[in-house]
Amino acid sequence: MSPGLLYALAGMLLFVMGLAGFALLRHLLRRLMAFNLVGSGTFLVLVGLAQRPDGEPDPVAQALVLTGIVVAIAATALALVLMRRWFDLTGRTRLDGEADE
Amino acid sequence: MTLNLLVAGLLFTPLAWAVVSLLIGFRAGRWLAGAGMVLQAGVTLGLVWTLTGQGGFEYALGDWQPPLGIGLRVDGMALTLVLLTTLVASACGLHAAGYLEADRPGQRYFWPLFWFLWAGINGVWLAGDIFNIYVGLELVTLAAVGLVALSGEPPALRAALRYLFAALAGSLAFLLGVALLYGAYGTLSLRLLAEAVQADGTGSAALALMFAGLAVKTALFPVHAWLPPAHGIAHAPVSALLSALVVKASAWVAIRLWLDLGPVLGSSGGAFLMGLLGTAAIVWGSWMAWCQTGLKKLVAYSSVGQVGYLFLLFPLTFAVSDRVAELATQGVMLHLISHALAKAALFMAAGNLIWAVGDGRIVSLAGAGRHLPLSLFAFGLAAVSIMGLPPSGGFTAKWLLLQAAWQAGQWGWALAVLVGGLLAALYVFKVFAACYVDKASGDDFHYPPRRLDLMPLGLAVMALGLGLVAGLPLHWMGIGGAP
Amino acid sequence: MTTTVALPLGALLASLLASVVIFMLPERRHGARIAVNLSAAALKLALVCVMIWGVFQGRAYGLRFAVLPELDFVLRADALAMMFAGLSSLLWLLTTVYAVGYLEDSPNRSRFFGFFSLCVASTLGIALAGNLFTFFVFYEMLTLSTYPLVVHRGTPEALSAGRKYLAYTLTGGAVLLLGMVWLQSLAGDLTFQPQGHSQLLAHQDRGTLTAIFALLFAGLAVKAAVVPLHGWLPAAMVAPAPVSALLHAVAVVKAGAFGMVRVLYHVFGIEFSAALGLLGPVAGVAAFTIIYGSVRALVQTDLKRRLAFSTISQVAYIPLGLCLLGPVGTAGGLVHLLHQGLMKITLFFCAGNYAETIGVQRIDALDGAGRRMPATSMAFTVGAFGMMGTPPLAGFVTKWTLGTGALAADMPWVIAVLVASSLLNAVYFLPLVHRLWFRELPGAWPREHHHEGRLETSPWLLWPPLFTAASILVVGLLAAVPFSPLSWAELVAAREFAP
Repeated sequence: MSPGLLYALAGMLLFVMGLAGFALLRHLLRRLMAFNLVGSGTFLVLVGLAQRPDGEPDPVAQALVLTGIVVAIAATALALVLMRRWFDLTGRTRLDGEADE
Repeated sequence: MTLNLLVAGLLFTPLAWAVVSLLIGFRAGRWLAGAGMVLQAGVTLGLVWTLTGQGGFEYALGDWQPPLGIGLRVDGMALTLVLLTTLVASACGLHAAGYLEADRPGQRYFWPLFWFLWAGINGVWLAGDIFNIYVGLELVTLAAVGLVALSGEPPALRAALRYLFAALAGSLAFLLGVALLYGAYGTLSLRLLAEAVQADGTGSAALALMFAGLAVKTALFPVHAWLPPAHGIAHAPVSALLSALVVKASAWVAIRLWLDLGPVLGSSGGAFLMGLLGTAAIVWGSWMAWCQTGLKKLVAYSSVGQVGYLFLLFPLTFAVSDRVAELATQGVMLHLISHALAKAALFMAAGNLIWAVGDGRIVSLAGAGRHLPLSLFAFGLAAVSIMGLPPSGGFTAKWLLLQAAWQAGQWGWALAVLVGGLLAALYVFKVFAACYVDKASGDDFHYPPRRLDLMPLGLAVMALGLGLVAGLPLHWMGIGGAP
Repeated sequence: MTTTVALPLGALLASLLASVVIFMLPERRHGARIAVNLSAAALKLALVCVMIWGVFQGRAYGLRFAVLPELDFVLRADALAMMFAGLSSLLWLLTTVYAVGYLEDSPNRSRFFGFFSLCVASTLGIALAGNLFTFFVFYEMLTLSTYPLVVHRGTPEALSAGRKYLAYTLTGGAVLLLGMVWLQSLAGDLTFQPQGHSQLLAHQDRGTLTAIFALLFAGLAVKAAVVPLHGWLPAAMVAPAPVSALLHAVAVVKAGAFGMVRVLYHVFGIEFSAALGLLGPVAGVAAFTIIYGSVRALVQTDLKRRLAFSTISQVAYIPLGLCLLGPVGTAGGLVHLLHQGLMKITLFFCAGNYAETIGVQRIDALDGAGRRMPATSMAFTVGAFGMMGTPPLAGFVTKWTLGTGALAADMPWVIAVLVASSLLNAVYFLPLVHRLWFRELPGAWPREHHHEGRLETSPWLLWPPLFTAASILVVGLLAAVPFSPLSWAELVAAREFAP
C-alpha cells in the first residue's frame, strides 16, 4: 500500500467520522467541528489520491486543497457569527426544542 | 479583448460591487446597484451578440491555462442562464430596493451579499471544471445563508443555520466526489472528464456522491426539509432570488454532470431512482404546499414540488434515443427557466400582497380580490406557468417532457407530469379562493407602491409568454461549446 | 399586415384588449366601462361578419408561427370556425348589454367585466384554432377565465361551485392533453382540415387510435357536460345569470361540443371514425345524456337548475348529430350548436329577469308572472317551445334535420330518442308556461324591484331576451335562406363527405 493511498483511506475514515458526528450531534458548535472534520477528511483524500507516477506531489491538488481550506474557513466564520447571535438572542446552543445539556 | 471585457464584466464586476457596497450602506447601495445592473445587462447582451455570431468558446481566465488556471466554458446553455440571471436578479434587486426598509439594522449587508450571490451564480453557469463549480456553489451558498439571516431575528437565524448545515454537508459530499474523480482520471475539466471516464466503480461512486450533495443543495425530496423555512422566512425579494436562481444553480450542475458523465458512469437503476425521487418531490411538495396556512410557506413548498420536474431528466436521457434525450433536455431546461421567472414573480407578488393586507396568512387575503391589485394579477399570471397551463413556458416545458416520456415509452413520468399540474392547481387556487371570499368587516387594504408591482408583473408576463416564443431560448441553448 | 392576418387577430384582440382596459379602469368609471365593453363587442361582431362574408366567398384568413420546431400556433377561419365565432360574438354583445343591466349597483364590476371579456376572447380563439395545440391553449384559457366569474359572489356556495368546476375542467384538460401528446407522437402536428387526416392515420394501430380518441373525447366531454362528467354544470348555477348564459350558451359547454366536431371531422375524419367504430359508442353516450338530462330536469324545483339539466340534455344533440354518418345528420348536429345557444340564452336571460325583477327563483313561485312581466314571459315561452321542437321554431329545425339524418344513416332508434326527449321537454317546460300565463298570483312577489319607465323591467334586461326570442323564430322560419344557420351548417357538412 502506497503512502498516498494510506492518506486517502485515513481521509475517508475522517470523512465518515465527521459525517456521523454531523448527523448525530445537536450542539451547534460540535456540529460545526464535525463539519470541519469532514472537510479535513476530504482534503486528505484529495491530496492522497492525486499522486504523480514520479512521486512528486501534484501541485494542482495542493492548489485545490488550499482553495478548499479558504472556503471552509469562510463557511466556519459565517456559521460562528450566526451561532453567536442565536445564542445571544435565545440563550440556546442547539436549534431544536430540546433542553440544553 | 472583447471577450476579456465580457468575462470580466460577468465575474469581477459583481465582486467589486460587493466590496464597494459593503463600504457605503443600503441607501447609497441602491444607486450603485442600479449602475451595476445596467452594466450586467450590457455585458449579457454583448455575450448574446458574440455567441450568436461566432458560437461558443472556452476561455482561460487571466490567460492562465488549466489545470492551474481557471477555464470557463461559454456555450449556449451558459449564455441562456446568464441572461436569465441578469433578468431575474435585476428584478429582485429593484424590488428589494423599494421593499426593504433602509433603516433596519443588518440591511447594509444586503447589497454586498446580493452581489456576491450574483458573482457566484454566474461563476457556476460559466465554470468549465468541477472544482470551480464547487467554489461557485460555495460562494452562492454562503451569500444565500447570509441573506436568509438578514433580519437577525431568531426564526430567521434558525432557518439560516439549518440551511447552512444542510448546504455544507452537500458541498462536502460534492467535494469528495471531485477528489475521487480527480484521483481516478487526473483531470477536473468537464470536457476532458467526459472523454476520459470509463465505467468503473470509483467513477460511479464519485458521481453518486456528487449527486447526493447536489440533491441536498437543490432540496430534492426527501432532503428538502431545510428549504421551506429558509425561503418562507426570508424577505420576499430574497426568497425570490433563492427559489429562482440559487436552487437552480445546484440543479443545473447536476443536469450538466449527468449529461456529460451520465452516459458512461450512470446506471438505469440510478436514473430511475432520481426520477422516482423527483416524482415524490412533485407529489409531496405540492401536497405540503396545499396544507400550508402561510402564503410564503405555500410558495416555498411549491418550489420543492417544482424542482422535482428537473430530476425527470435522469430517466428520460439514459439509454433512450437521441430524439427523446433532446426533447427531455429541452423540456427540463425550459422548465428551469420558466420556473425561475414564475417563482420569482410569485414570491415578489406574495410579498406585495402581504404588505397590502398586513399579514402573511392566506385567510387574511379575504376581500383582496375586490381591489384588483396588480400584485394579484402578477401572482395569477405566474401561477399559470407554475400549473403548466398554456400558453406559459411551464406548459411548453411540460409538453416537451410529455413528448419525451411518451416517445420513450416511459408513461409513468408522463403521468407524474400531468398529476403534478393538477396538484399545483390545488394550491394555487387555494390562494385565489381566499382572495374571493367576501369579507363583511371593513377592509384595510394598502396598495403597495406601483413600482413594486412592476417587477413581479414583468417577470410573470415573461413566464406566461415564454411558451409561445420558446423556440428562441431553445435555439440559443443549442449553440455548442468550443469547436 | 394584410387583412388575412389582421381580421382574425383583430377580432381576438378586440376582446383581449377590452379586458385589459377594463381591468385598468377604476371601479367607479361605469360609463367608460360600458363604452369600452359595447364598442369592443360591436367591433368584434363587425370583424367576424366581414370574415363570414369573406369565407363565404372562398377567402382564407389566418396566421401560423412555430412555437417549437414541430409545433405550430395556427389561427384559421374556416366555415366551421365562423359558425362558432359568429355565435359567440353575437351573443357576447347581447350578454354584455344584459350584464350591464343585471349588475347595476353591484360591487366588483371591473373584475367581472374584465374576466368576461377574457372569457369571450378565449371562445373566439377556440373557434379560430387551426390545430389541437392552439385549441388547447384557448380551451385552458377559457377554464381559467371562467373561474373568477363562477366564484364572483364570493359566498361559500360560489366558492365550492368554483372548486367543483376546476376539479372537473382541469382534470378534463389534463386528459385531453394526454390524448394530444399521444396523437402528436404518432402522427406529428395535425392541422384541422376537412375530412381529417385519415390517410395519415390509416396505417396506425386501431386500438391505439381508439384509445387516443377516448382520451380526447373524455377531455372534451367534461366541458360539454356529457353524463357522467356533467356534475359541475348544475353546481355552477350559483353564478350571476349572465355567467350562466355564458356557460350554457356561448362559451364553455359549446367549447366542448365544438372540440368534438373538430376531433371527429377535422382530425380523424368522420368516415375514418366510422370505420374505427367510434361513432356507435359516442352516439350511445349522447343518447343516454339526452334522456338522463331531461329526466333530471323534470324533478328540479329551482328554475335555473332545471335549465341547467336541460342544457346537459340539449347539448348532447350535437354529438348525436355528428355520429349520424351523412351530411344531413351532420348539419343537424352543427346547426344545433347555434340553435341551442339562441334558445338557452333566451331562457337564462328570462330566468335572470324573474330573479332580478320579482325575486322569483323557484318554479312554484312563478304563478302569474306572465301578467307582471308579459314581454319576458313571451320570450320565455318562445324559448321553451323552441326547446320542445315546436314548428316553426329553431328547435324544430334541429330535430327535423336530425330525424331525417337518422333515417338517412339507417339509425331509426335515434328517432325514438328524439321523440322521447321532446316529450320530456314538454313535460318539464309546459307546466312552467302554464304557471306563467294561466295561474293567479297567490300573494305578493318575494322581492319586487321597481324600474322607472313603462317597461316591466330595466331595458338593458329586456331587449336582449326579446332579440334572441325573435331570432329563434326567424332562424326557424328562414332556415332555407342563405346565411341562415341551417344553410351554413349544410355548407360545412357538405365538404366533409366529398367523394
